[in-house]
Amino acid sequence: MDYDLIVNILYATVRTGTPLILVALGELVCEKSGVLNLGQEGMMLMGAVIGFIAALETGNLWLGVTFAMAAGLMMSLLFGFIALNLSANQVATGLALTIFGTGLSAFVGSDYVGTPLVGIEPWHIPLLSDIPFVGRILFSHDPLVYLSFGLFVGVYLFLNRSHAGLALKAVGESPQSAKATGLPVFKIRYLAVMFGGAMAGLAGAYLSLAYTPLWAENMTAGRGWIALALVVFASWKAERVLLGAYLFGAFSIMHLVAQGLGFSVSPNLLAIMPYLATIVVLVMLSSDKARVKLYAPVSLGKPFHPAD
Amino acid sequence: MKQEKKSLAQRFAKAAGVALALFMSAQSVTAAEPVKVGFVYVGPTGDAGWTYSHDKARKYVEEQLGDKVKTTYVESVAEGADAERVIRQLAKSGNDLIFTTSFGYMNPTLKVAKQFPKVKFEHASGYKRAKNVGTYFDRIYEGRYLTGVIAGKMTKSNIVGYVGSFPIPEVVRGIDAFTQGLRSVNPKAVVKVVWVSSWYDPAKEREAAETLILQGADIINQHTDSPGPIQAAQAKGVYAFGYHSDMSLYGKDAHLTAATHNWGPVYLEKVKSVMDGSWTSTDFWGGLASGATALAPLNPAIPEDVVKLVEERKQAIIDGKLHPFQGPVKDQSGAVKVPAGEVMSDEDLLSLNWYVEGVEGELPK
Repeated sequence: MDYDLIVNILYATVRTGTPLILVALGELVCEKSGVLNLGQEGMMLMGAVIGFIAALETGNLWLGVTFAMAAGLMMSLLFGFIALNLSANQVATGLALTIFGTGLSAFVGSDYVGTPLVGIEPWHIPLLSDIPFVGRILFSHDPLVYLSFGLFVGVYLFLNRSHAGLALKAVGESPQSAKATGLPVFKIRYLAVMFGGAMAGLAGAYLSLAYTPLWAENMTAGRGWIALALVVFASWKAERVLLGAYLFGAFSIMHLVAQGLGFSVSPNLLAIMPYLATIVVLVMLSSDKARVKLYAPVSLGKPFHPAD
Repeated sequence: MKQEKKSLAQRFAKAAGVALALFMSAQSVTAAEPVKVGFVYVGPTGDAGWTYSHDKARKYVEEQLGDKVKTTYVESVAEGADAERVIRQLAKSGNDLIFTTSFGYMNPTLKVAKQFPKVKFEHASGYKRAKNVGTYFDRIYEGRYLTGVIAGKMTKSNIVGYVGSFPIPEVVRGIDAFTQGLRSVNPKAVVKVVWVSSWYDPAKEREAAETLILQGADIINQHTDSPGPIQAAQAKGVYAFGYHSDMSLYGKDAHLTAATHNWGPVYLEKVKSVMDGSWTSTDFWGGLASGATALAPLNPAIPEDVVKLVEERKQAIIDGKLHPFQGPVKDQSGAVKVPAGEVMSDEDLLSLNWYVEGVEGELPK
């Protein structure tokens, strides 16, 4: 493999990993507060469609991105109301949210399918993009990719270095104890859910406004599910989420590159890998012992009512 | 009592007569009513691809027949149990002819057809037929052969990329036909294939196209449904072919042309045959000659002599003088699979599972 090929593979890896990082960081914060939201795919799709429509109608791509985040946020509020206010089963609510989001986005976007849009263009960061190797891989992307870098740093610092992050984690470990120390458990969980929604919306916007500027039903193609699995694989650590997303990106790019180079790999086998891994992890999660080993937030998925 | 009974029987007879008369008149009214045609689509009508091509044909039929026909369509119907429900509903609501336009509708169509023997069904791309179920498909590979001719003349790197969905005969046939066209004008050119294991994932299709461009391809063809590859080609400044329908909206400079389905004439004929009662269950597989397969408008960047050559080849295929798979057809090892003077049979075309000479890499099993 020559230099150019390697640089391009790594460049494509960053781009492929970006939507996963965005959703997964949102879900990470949400799960750290003890709330499991399986509605990522639905929220992403709503973000993608609303962002696309807003960008097309207003002619402003950044307004589109804002609307996408708002759409994801609205969806997460719906989840919050059912799962937090009404203390419904989080798994069932999340699944319903995905199904609802898939259907609603198809309905809302039906007039916009097949409409072209000039998407968010790459922006080469002056000076940084001139650095050999690294400059082309990391600093010649569209602004949403840079935003994902910033958001990663933000989430990392929030979870590991901030007081607020500590409070969030306390709520995820034991909401009862957290409440006893005076933490507003309900409010913290709501904010975490909303952050997850906005991030999923942003990831949707990345797909429909930057990566492949178009709207089509189900265009997220399962990325919300992969992100969910990523959070578990990363054992709820932000730096591992980043690594995992790029690793996944690298895998899917390598799978395409290898074929072009003439290696014979079964494309079907590679395509099912992330899903297979998700199932394995979910099975492992169902055992309490494994949960502890995986550093899962202890109260993950367990409803907590403000009256408790 | 007896008298009364008799009169009751008479009344019954009379009532039956009236009912029969009413029924007969209703029948004659039906005859004057427009023929009702239903369509079941797997995707949204605005997908710029497969479903769009069918809906365009539905509108064409309406235009041609005016108030003599009444069409209904249901879009985004998942293959499987949901499809059966939708097809049954269309049959129940009095449609005379129902087009089910996706491969996965095959068994649901046959099941419903059994319950509604008077309704006619036409299933796209399937292989199972019944007395009231016909099948139809287009020879899109003829269009792909022509795109191959264009690619052979336009490529500078002599590497052409192909984004594939799944290695099934339909897709392999397209790759082979394209390669046959390519090599007929440029024996040095090769085709590189990348499979994405998906019919529709714009982001992945785009990455696949960019990977191929990176490895030297200066023209991209696709057998997936999204404009992702066109967007990639436009961004990288190379050429590409669309599929299903004209995708030039997504990359004006990149889009050379597209091998498209043109179901309009096919549907019109089927509807007409139901109207005059001549419909029978058939297996229709038509290409350029029947108009079922067509090329989208050519990019002005294609030189005039190439346009002329494509027109000649197209006419030759229509006249039956040229077949994309006319011998000698060699496989990757150079072995002659179709000897000179012969053409590949339809049966072999339908089960094609090997690459012709000129395709690089191994066909995944």
